[in-house]
Amino acid sequence: MINNAFGLVYTGENNPRLKDLTLSRSVAAVPFGGRNRCIDFILSNLVNSGVTSVGMIMQKNYHSLMDHLGSGKEWNLNRKRDGLFILPPFMTKDNTGVYRGSIDAFRSCLGYVRRCSEKYVILSGSHTIFSMTFDEMMQQHIDTEADITIMYNEDPSFDIEDQNKDLRLTFNDEGRVTDMELDPYRPRTSFRSCDVLIMKKALLEYLVEEAYARGQYDFVRDVLLKRYNTLKVYGYRYNGFVARLDSVNTYFKTSMQLLDREPAGDLYNMEHPIYTKVKDEVSAKYGPDADVHNSVLADGCNIEGAIENSVLFRGVTVEKGAVVKNCIVMQGSHIGQDATLDHVILDKGVTIRTGRSLIGYDNFPIVLRKNQTV
Amino acid sequence: MKKKIVAMLLAGGQGSRLGILTSNMAKPAVPFGGKYRIIDFPLSNCVNSDIDTVGVLTQYRPLALNSYLGTGQHWDLDRNGGGVFVLPPYMTEAVGQWYSGTANAIWQNCGFVDQYDPEYVLILSGDHIYKMDYAAMLRQHIKKNAAATIAVISVPMEEAHRFGIMNTDEYDRIVSFEEKPANPKSNNASMGIYIFNWKLLKEYMARDDADPKSENDFGKNIIPAMLQAGETMVAFPFEGYWKDVGTLSSLWEANMDLLGYPPVLDLNDPQWRIYTKNPIMPPHYVDKNAVIKNSLVTEGCVVRGTVKHSVLFCGATVEEGAVVEDSIVFPRSVISKGCIIKKAIVGENVHIGANCQLGGPNLGDGIIDNKLTGDITLVGNDITLPDNTYVPQGAVVNQDTLEYHLKEAVR
Repeated sequence: MINNAFGLVYTGENNPRLKDLTLSRSVAAVPFGGRNRCIDFILSNLVNSGVTSVGMIMQKNYHSLMDHLGSGKEWNLNRKRDGLFILPPFMTKDNTGVYRGSIDAFRSCLGYVRRCSEKYVILSGSHTIFSMTFDEMMQQHIDTEADITIMYNEDPSFDIEDQNKDLRLTFNDEGRVTDMELDPYRPRTSFRSCDVLIMKKALLEYLVEEAYARGQYDFVRDVLLKRYNTLKVYGYRYNGFVARLDSVNTYFKTSMQLLDREPAGDLYNMEHPIYTKVKDEVSAKYGPDADVHNSVLADGCNIEGAIENSVLFRGVTVEKGAVVKNCIVMQGSHIGQDATLDHVILDKGVTIRTGRSLIGYDNFPIVLRKNQTV
Repeated sequence: MKKKIVAMLLAGGQGSRLGILTSNMAKPAVPFGGKYRIIDFPLSNCVNSDIDTVGVLTQYRPLALNSYLGTGQHWDLDRNGGGVFVLPPYMTEAVGQWYSGTANAIWQNCGFVDQYDPEYVLILSGDHIYKMDYAAMLRQHIKKNAAATIAVISVPMEEAHRFGIMNTDEYDRIVSFEEKPANPKSNNASMGIYIFNWKLLKEYMARDDADPKSENDFGKNIIPAMLQAGETMVAFPFEGYWKDVGTLSSLWEANMDLLGYPPVLDLNDPQWRIYTKNPIMPPHYVDKNAVIKNSLVTEGCVVRGTVKHSVLFCGATVEEGAVVEDSIVFPRSVISKGCIIKKAIVGENVHIGANCQLGGPNLGDGIIDNKLTGDITLVGNDITLPDNTYVPQGAVVNQDTLEYHLKEAVR
């Protein structure tokens, strides 16, 4: 268990490629996997690693994120000492309240960082989904005497259309980073950063102040890319399942991977559970005509129709005669009688009226906005 | 801190008619309905009725119940000045004694109730499945200026002899009370839910405690004594679902009551949620060849076989080719490939090996004691059944009888 690090999660990322999924929420609050929001994974990973103090930097549209996190109770982060610190933007004489980039954001929460008594910081973005504890990574960081350790995995898939904050890493034999590319047109390696860094808290403070003084805004572009050869930067390889919310297409693809039991087993390891806000729904109910195959369903669903290759979040109703194939259906959506859906992503609270039919394609899933009615 | 009303939940019962299900836990801790335990119902009713101070009186095998209740956070009962409290029997300088009856349990915990100096006290039992607004009952109690209000439900006349029957006048005032009468005069059965004026109840409990012949029971002693003294006792008629799940067959039936369309008991009610401790598991997975009809399936389940008219609790697994019908599978149990499970209750953490058959016809020469089970087959908690085991209808499998069933299987 880690007892000498605190977590700092930057949820200010914006990603226009997620289209309507981030219309009313930040990337961190995007629902994933039938029961969770994106932020649950990184937050649970930190808590399962023994981290007791987590700062959550908020920027764009953080209402649904704050609603979800509450006091941090579900993650055991409602503590007298430490716990969850929500760090929204604010205005001061040298801070406009709008972050131009992650450097701005880190700088405005240096107050929190200084108060933390831990020696190390685990710095994370919020659009990468995986389930592990950081103990091994921390041990490696200490053993290699690295300045910065970056978590990465091997991601052979590449589509320029889906590219988003794609940090590629090249290593020497020792595992030290010898080259870095951000959003390359032709990546030279399949090793991709998972957006998690470990470093000493003092180094973070130094790097942020230095970069700010030179008018730089982005931690990856202005600090990592410029300093990887003067700092000792190492990679920590993760071999398990990683999902990245890069675009609607990757969101769709990685959600569908959960129907494969191996990645799902990786993500939902009983040794380190993924906590989330509890909704107290009843068990999912199957009617006499329910016909469900190869799907993942959360509690509170009421199923009377046919479902195949789909992910259903909590409290979804599928009426008689409806056919739902290759769909992601978020919380509280309602699919009426005899409706047909194929390759559709339904955001929360969508209503599909009786007999309606929507068909998308594998590389072009239809996205329905929150609370839309068809 | 003064409270208007404090609830006291009697959760000490063994529930011996539930057989081995209660061999290591008290009846209120028995699982129900896919993700609940019986005690979730009275606790959630309290929270939904704005009662935020609940004493839970435990006595029999309290471990499961204590650890389940925790700080009460799952029911929103982790409050400043209130919340849920577990109240076990205790020692004093002179003597220590077990709770000798329902009234005695409250009497021994007068100190707890007095901390809140309430005007009223609500007495509940932890044996029933129902959704009820206690606040409405309290409003009636105050409006009718009653000394005691007793919730009653209409039961079929031919079953009335199994209940405590309240005979009322046209204003719902109770005129007489009969415990399990041979020839009932009415069908207003007491639900074991009482509101008393606390000061008055204390007087009656004190008198009752001084009487060595008393059984210290609300139904047998306190209520008759109050009636005799001419106190204003009013019935609160309840309409809706109410089931005593004290026997295996009623527990099985109550679970099946959740399955119909519309269900006899609908728990999917956003206005009246039943709260419970959440297991933190991923959504359930249904495989390509799975068949699920008329069933409840909970988070953490993996279904690869056939499940019909059954309730699967969190983390239950049904492997390929297995058939589960008319059954209840408690949390984290595994039904392996090719099993046939019919009308069974499978306990927690059970592992049933491949090609086992549960609930098949009784082959005759085996000695099956089905006094408690009837035609329900019961497998106790933490049992591992080897492959190809045959367990006939009505049989009970626990550590003691496991060996016998294994011998049968070999033969």
